[in-house]
Amino acid sequence: MNAPYFDIRNFSMEIEGLKILSEINVKIPENQITVIIGPSGCGKSTLLNSMNRVIDLTDGIHITGEILLKNKNIFDPTVDVTELRRKVGMISQTPNPLPMSIFDNVAYGLKIHGIKDRSRVSSSVKQCLNTVGLWNEVRDRLDAPASTLSLGQQQRLCIARALAVEPEALLCDETTSALDPISAHHIESELLSLKNKYTIVFVTHILRQAKRLADYVVFIYLGEVVEAGPAVTFFTSPKDPRTKAYLEGVFG
Amino acid sequence: MNKKDFEEQFFKVLMCVSVLIVLGGILSIVFTVFIRGISAISLPMLLETPHGGYYLGQGGGILNAIVGSLLLAGGAIIISFLLSLPVAMYLHLSTKRSRHTEYIRTSLDIASGIPTIVYGAVVFTIMMVIGARSSLFWGMITVALFILPIMIRSIDEIMIHVPKKIIIAAFTLGSTRTEMLLVVLRQSLPGILTALLLAFGRGIGDAASILFTTGYTDSLPTSIFEPVATLPLAILFQINSPYLVVQQRAYAAGLILLVIVLLVSLLSRFLSQKFMKYVVK
Amino acid sequence: MERKILDTLFTRVMFVLAFLISLITVVIALILVLKSLPLFQISSISELLFTSIWQPAEGKFGFYPFIMGTIWVTLLSMAIAIPLALLSSIYLAEYAPRHIRNAIKPLIDLLAGIPSILFGLWGILVIVPLVRNDIAPLYGISTTGYCVLSGGIVLSFMVLPIIISLSDELFRTVPLSTRSASFAMGATKWQTVKYVLIRKIYPGLLAAIILGFSRAFGETMAVLMVVGNVAKVPSSVFDPAYPLPALIANNYGEMLSIPLYDSALMFAALILFCIVVLFNISAKMLLMRFQIEGVRHE
Repeated sequence: MNAPYFDIRNFSMEIEGLKILSEINVKIPENQITVIIGPSGCGKSTLLNSMNRVIDLTDGIHITGEILLKNKNIFDPTVDVTELRRKVGMISQTPNPLPMSIFDNVAYGLKIHGIKDRSRVSSSVKQCLNTVGLWNEVRDRLDAPASTLSLGQQQRLCIARALAVEPEALLCDETTSALDPISAHHIESELLSLKNKYTIVFVTHILRQAKRLADYVVFIYLGEVVEAGPAVTFFTSPKDPRTKAYLEGVFG
Repeated sequence: MNKKDFEEQFFKVLMCVSVLIVLGGILSIVFTVFIRGISAISLPMLLETPHGGYYLGQGGGILNAIVGSLLLAGGAIIISFLLSLPVAMYLHLSTKRSRHTEYIRTSLDIASGIPTIVYGAVVFTIMMVIGARSSLFWGMITVALFILPIMIRSIDEIMIHVPKKIIIAAFTLGSTRTEMLLVVLRQSLPGILTALLLAFGRGIGDAASILFTTGYTDSLPTSIFEPVATLPLAILFQINSPYLVVQQRAYAAGLILLVIVLLVSLLSRFLSQKFMKYVVK
Repeated sequence: MERKILDTLFTRVMFVLAFLISLITVVIALILVLKSLPLFQISSISELLFTSIWQPAEGKFGFYPFIMGTIWVTLLSMAIAIPLALLSSIYLAEYAPRHIRNAIKPLIDLLAGIPSILFGLWGILVIVPLVRNDIAPLYGISTTGYCVLSGGIVLSFMVLPIIISLSDELFRTVPLSTRSASFAMGATKWQTVKYVLIRKIYPGLLAAIILGFSRAFGETMAVLMVVGNVAKVPSSVFDPAYPLPALIANNYGEMLSIPLYDSALMFAALILFCIVVLFNISAKMLLMRFQIEGVRHE
């Protein structure tokens, strides 16, 4: 197995006194697609939001344990959060374009991280839009507001935007749930083609999607890691009885 | 007809009567100002300053008041805006609820409700202490001061309505808090424009705040530290004159003021549509 | 790294500005109190508030007529405005068809935007003659028309938009399902309004009224122009009055020529300030449970 990108150790979280995650211990492998599965409301998104510290924006959180990225705890006070978030990109469930043109959306990340050179920004934008298969569709209207794109296109724009800042990892929170099947399929193919360059962590509650995408699987139920392992063995011979039950559709 | 149906009809009638009275009042006000003003409006009225013996019925117009008011309100809004924007942004630095932003909002709400005459009296006191004379400058300061809490809270309210997902988007790309606020500002642009225009309308019409602090004069403004004429005070000082000619100027000033306020209201609706292009719903 | 520095710099500047500006109310209060202090050395507070002799040249400052004047005009304006505003807002929120509502709402906003000096102008040209020539004779009274009634009528129109807009917003906070439930039980629209909706929002309605009151209390120009400005406690609505804001506005010129006059006027401002702030705080507390302001959209 590859060396872990994220090493999550004894990670627990309470939000406003409610225990959301208990003693999470799991290693997310580098440059693979790790799928976090489990029924809705069990803490998957919370765990994902912790990996790029977006969870910081929530009121009343209390954390114990660590999440190590390349051996440094990302919750350490000396960590530069803006750099962490550049390295660990996120694509949400519903597309969230910035109030700008298509071009500016992708260029935004470059701009704030100090890349001002016009030609470099242009070529970066073109390249990222190409990677997600949007370039040909939007090349004539780069100045149009991002909100005029269809949902599927907006979501791909969000991926392009995340890729522009040259991250190491991509966190996807039910990224295709709000989309039609064709767009969903496009995005899944894109992620599969990206996995050798990036560590991808994908949260979903759709088992079939997990089977299509996963190299490594983590099953979270009621805020705990029930089982985790390579996809091959996970789906064919799960060890924990709860995992078996979930895979057979008994609940979730 | 049973009791409950009778009650329904009865109150329906009362409600219609009320609405008609309210509408009647609105129309009466607008009409009166318009009718009286229109007969007093003429090119000399708009383009000349008062000649000598103004108050005794000699010629001249209200150009001094028009220019004075525009300058005063314009300057006040600029000052106020430069201070309001950072404070409104400060209220949105954090996405979490916070005791001290609530304290700031509450104190701004209270300050918004303080009568403008109190603002005028307080600034006048300060002027007395430092030995300043009434002038355009102090008028601008007073208007900027009472507009400030109102403007901050208006911009604040607009920013509150920015969808949280936009803020998250900015953060996940690695923005600092200030950079995130700039994105919020982009989204809020049309609303902020409206707030500015409405504040201008509010500032230009207020008389109580500038009564003590701005003075009055017959000439066009020459320096920011001299008194200037303003439309509200032009009305106040001339409406009770025994000379019809002088009264006419009050009515003319009234109409100009009304037109400015109406224009501002229409402009704010129109402009905010124009700037909606990049706004995310 | 410089992004970090810029970020820290801007957030510091924002904080300082926010802090300073949040002190405006406190600073105003302080200045008013400090300037009023000399007055307390020659009269006690109860003397100031409850006596009627106003002879500044002799150092006698009895604020009672001014306070009563303010109360008379304000109460009258509220008596007129509250029923008009409530009935109108119920109509707008619950009864009016969409196109009528869309036509009327901008007019209410227009009313809200009209400067008070123009209300005063209207008052002098329309209301004062109306009172003098039409209303007073009905009661067999002769008056110049510059009286409490004129002030009350003019003021009520100034206060209407505040109460109407706020009440309208309040009605809209009640979900549609609440009304449906009431209708399903056979209630008429009015019964729904009376027994269900108003019960749900009455603290907010109270807050709207309090805010209207507060605005009426502090309104200067419009009232000044029509109310007569005679320093006597009114005994009927056809008597003139001299509200506190008018007192301040009319006499600022003499402030410095007579000793203690400036303290007296500042004390008048202080009274105004205290009452208005008190009302605004109570209104805000009542509105808190409706969360009309400060709700972040997810």
